[in-house]
Amino acid sequence: MSMKYVDEYRDPELAKRIASEIGKLSAGQPLKLMEVCGGHTHTIYKHGIEDVLPRNIDLIHGPGCPVCVLPMGRIDDAIAIARMDGVIFTTFGDMMRVPGSKGSLLDAKADGADVRFVYSPLDAYKLARQHPDRQVVFFAIGFETTAPSTAVTLLRAKAEGTRNFSVFCNHVTIIPAMKAILDSPDLRLDGFIGAGHVSMVIGMRPYNFVARQHHKPVVIAGFEPLDIMQSIYMIVKQLHEGRAEVENQYSRVVRPEGNVKALEAMARTMELRPFFEWRGLGFITHSALKLRPEFADWDAELRYEVPGLRVADPKACQCGEVLKGVIKPWECKVFGTACTPETPIGTCMVSPEGACAAYYSYGRFSMASERSRLNILPMTNVKS
Amino acid sequence: MMDTPDPAGRIDDVLKKIERTRQARRHKFYLRDEKITLSHGSGGKATHNLIEGVFAPAFSNPLLDAMDDAATFSINGTGQRIAFTTDTYVVSPLFFPGGDIGKLAVHGTINDLAMAGAEPLYLSAGFILEEGFPIADLRRIVASMATAASEAGVSIVTGDTKVVQRGKADGLFINTAGVGVLRATWPLGQTQLQPGDKVLLSGPIGDHGIAIMLAREALDIETDVESDTAPLHSLVAAMFAAVGDAVHCLKDPTRGGVATALNEMALGSEVSVALDEHAIPVHAEVRGACEILGLDPLTIANEGKLLAIVAPDKAEIALEAMRAHPLGHEARIIGAVQAEPAGMVFLRTDIGGMRVLDMLVGDPLPRIC
Repeated sequence: MSMKYVDEYRDPELAKRIASEIGKLSAGQPLKLMEVCGGHTHTIYKHGIEDVLPRNIDLIHGPGCPVCVLPMGRIDDAIAIARMDGVIFTTFGDMMRVPGSKGSLLDAKADGADVRFVYSPLDAYKLARQHPDRQVVFFAIGFETTAPSTAVTLLRAKAEGTRNFSVFCNHVTIIPAMKAILDSPDLRLDGFIGAGHVSMVIGMRPYNFVARQHHKPVVIAGFEPLDIMQSIYMIVKQLHEGRAEVENQYSRVVRPEGNVKALEAMARTMELRPFFEWRGLGFITHSALKLRPEFADWDAELRYEVPGLRVADPKACQCGEVLKGVIKPWECKVFGTACTPETPIGTCMVSPEGACAAYYSYGRFSMASERSRLNILPMTNVKS
Repeated sequence: MMDTPDPAGRIDDVLKKIERTRQARRHKFYLRDEKITLSHGSGGKATHNLIEGVFAPAFSNPLLDAMDDAATFSINGTGQRIAFTTDTYVVSPLFFPGGDIGKLAVHGTINDLAMAGAEPLYLSAGFILEEGFPIADLRRIVASMATAASEAGVSIVTGDTKVVQRGKADGLFINTAGVGVLRATWPLGQTQLQPGDKVLLSGPIGDHGIAIMLAREALDIETDVESDTAPLHSLVAAMFAAVGDAVHCLKDPTRGGVATALNEMALGSEVSVALDEHAIPVHAEVRGACEILGLDPLTIANEGKLLAIVAPDKAEIALEAMRAHPLGHEARIIGAVQAEPAGMVFLRTDIGGMRVLDMLVGDPLPRIC
């Protein structure tokens, strides 16, 4: 893989110009735009995009952080599997610290469970091949972005007849969650920034209902700061011209039809669950994937007894309202005091893609600048 | 609710509450955990909680309580001030591009002394070896330590060896302690930042952490990134010779990176630090790897870089002195210190936005040093 790097997507002069165009087109009208994807939330905070945008543009952080929407009961199930004899439990790094009802995977690891973090399901599969005497379980989470690599790994496990590998499947799908948000009476949105990586797989067509039935613009966006700025400009332009369409800002990666091979691999290995619980959003029909019966031998949910209990969120936690955009993270009662990145109560404070963690780590400045009391030194004296 | 404007002062209250909690945490540490987890070794907040919850109360004395990288004192009224420090090395893999555990163990302890303003003189070396460890590898590591020590002009004058059963240690672990003579005759350290001071950085950041990560993980990324491990005492000596007591604080941004080091200073001196992301040098390959892995170079470890806080009128002279030294030729002024808001670090981002730069929580890369 080459390591070329693109600074053209981070040009401060261009950012300023786009921001001023957004300001002109929106003419001070308050607009609420939701970025569905946690990757976008992270970019927005990491680069201080809210600080560059005109003040009338309000970005609402949606449910697209897979770590954040996973209910506590599923984490308890994962920990139960991880604690079983002979199991090597593999997971993406940011799942390690997510609290279940009785501790996190990191705590289970300290307690003796063999929990390892991996970068892909294929890494977990390689572990299974290296340790034929152990059962390797992969904690599969994520949207259509990560589901194809789980699917490909399952196909390989079946083809190679590897019996000591299984998947604890928690893959979710983005469209039903967007439907749930659009149907929610709590919130009035003016448009969506569509998830770039998910769209690379599913294409543009699944978003049509947002434009046609709900009359809201959707612009699929890339992950560089100027991608997001440009997509906001495109949404504001649609609103200005009275249009509601699905547009593709990320055309250098996203094809209108999506990735047919990836969708095929998913269809061969997984099927829709009748319903699935989303943290904060409740049960949403047809919103998650499970393994097909042909892959029962690789399905950790069938192979292991798990508690399978629904666990209520801690009372103080308002992750649900944050995920729906009903409240800003800092409006949660425990934000920044009882709930911080080092002592998270809710999932939104754990993942760097979570709205609360992003707000806590990066966003306190935008809160501070809103009160206009900060007197930051001019930076010209440090440029060189 | 979203549709009603925020009541006046609401944001103010929330911010104050958060900062109060942050400040309180500095003085009151919560060690709730019942067992050691990898977070306790991250060098971040969990490590601080462990130190303050277990070691500090048990060992408390005025020298330790200063919580600097090295303790400084004089012995029996000789008047000569001494700096004394220790560090343990568990990096995995033992050999990595740009260095090995032995080189790191020598440089790391030298740098702890150098950051205290001392000239390093003598080191100790303690080895914990795992049964079955190849003697050839041990020879290589020890030779590397000897070279690193002689190049830096320090002597390894005492040592110890223990062997544990197979499976009880990962190959080998090294502890080094070091003593040096204090050259800084003025107050130097993380409580000495003053509004107006400039923040100097000696060169590109993130090389060590990324080199280790790429060496360890079988990632399909090919780069020439090498660890920057280097002894920084001669660079410090050059800065002292140029501007002396205009140097208010020195820190090598190891675990937790530049972000964590500057937050510790901002909290220690109750000042604010403002940085310009454009001014912070990062090798293109390190930036690329960070993008792919979702990491921030500002939180990645370095083993041969230093941050210096220098009085504004001497900052340019200090910068020239750094640039004239082989380990500082890419040095930059990356930011400035201001009075308010105390305890916080800010970053002017690459696209011109402003954001908070916080300490690293939960290390993505355990066992990097």
